[in-house]
Amino acid sequence: MSERLRLATVWLGGCSGCHMSFLDMDEFLFDLADRADLVYSPIMDVKEFPEGVDLTLVEGAVANRDNLELARDLRAKSARVVSFGDCAVSGNVTAMRNPLGDPLAILERVYVDAVDRDGGIPDVAPIVPGLLAQVLPLHNVIDVDVYLPGCPPPADRIRSAVTALLEGALPRDRGEDIRFG
Amino acid sequence: MRERRKTIEFVVDDTEVDAYEGESVLQAARRHGFTIPALCYVEGLSVWGACRLCVVELAEQHQLRPACAVTVEEDMEVITDSEAIRRHRRTVLELLFAEGNHVCAVCVSNGACELQDAAVAVGMDHVRFDYQAPVRTIDASHPKYVSDPNRCILCTRCVRVCDEIEGAHVWDIAGRGRGARLVAEMGKPWGEAMSCTWCGKCVATCPTGALFYQGRAVGEMRHEPDMVARLVAARRDHQWIAPGAHDE
Repeated sequence: MSERLRLATVWLGGCSGCHMSFLDMDEFLFDLADRADLVYSPIMDVKEFPEGVDLTLVEGAVANRDNLELARDLRAKSARVVSFGDCAVSGNVTAMRNPLGDPLAILERVYVDAVDRDGGIPDVAPIVPGLLAQVLPLHNVIDVDVYLPGCPPPADRIRSAVTALLEGALPRDRGEDIRFG
Repeated sequence: MRERRKTIEFVVDDTEVDAYEGESVLQAARRHGFTIPALCYVEGLSVWGACRLCVVELAEQHQLRPACAVTVEEDMEVITDSEAIRRHRRTVLELLFAEGNHVCAVCVSNGACELQDAAVAVGMDHVRFDYQAPVRTIDASHPKYVSDPNRCILCTRCVRVCDEIEGAHVWDIAGRGRGARLVAEMGKPWGEAMSCTWCGKCVATCPTGALFYQGRAVGEMRHEPDMVARLVAARRDHQWIAPGAHDE
């Protein structure tokens, strides 16, 4: 592939641990920089998801309206989408609120019941996006091309997947490369 | 060997092997080194046939059969791996993951879990079914142990080991379908179950993080299901100290 790959990474409802693991690829990041342009990422100041992205790694579950909008937007503009880490793949920790039901009840528990003084649910819509009724894995709302489980996926696993994707292949990982947790 | 049992010949994946009379396909195949995954089966306990992960194909039969519950017959031809078997096993695991609240990242058994390992073995990279997110309450009333039904797959290993090996029968499965759940003494908090001897066999045999020791944090739990076979053999052969146990 002679042309430079247009790469994006997205942070939805997750802890950013997958991005930390991405940065853990160390020297490989230089090799990657030789072959790809990072066009959108939480580690850079770009507001709009750009057109014509070749590969997008999506960390985090779909937890609020913002996540949902961005997921649909990035899918429309990306040739390949990777469900990057357990939260994107399964909901994981982000989805642990699901059995508790109504998001309002959860907000009350966190911002009112568990607060010693001056409690109150943040009500600054649309700055704080509304929570979805249930936290969803990425593939529940958009088509996903590659799944990369792990909490977080170890750097060498990300590296092998990204390397295969750079070559235009769709990695179908097996064995330890698909371990959750 | 203490008893001489009659052996019969059968075929596993084109290899001729022997089985003791009355042995299941799972036992005989595993004894000869074939890999067949299973979650509800534990050597030494009665056969339950609930998880359906150990399915195999029998030549000329067009249905999958649980290897744990099929007795070897002379000249039987068993196939342990095929596209249909792989598809079935993966589906079983996806359904198990979708049914409960299995969050590997924050589980006491992370890294030492038979369910997690089975998912790796069948190549489950995601779950196609909707997660059910059931409401299930943790029972931490026992001074030594905790039951977290969010991670329970209803394999009934604990039910069987408590009944068959310990002889206490603390555990049962109550309810039906998606409401089925593990209960101690007909629905009491575990800590109030007077029949519990605190022996810990249920905890030792649990394949997931559903039963664990109090105070264990993420990834710190280790189960010991092999203990059942050891106990059964010890009782049968009156050999209570494992060979080599005092060698150090």
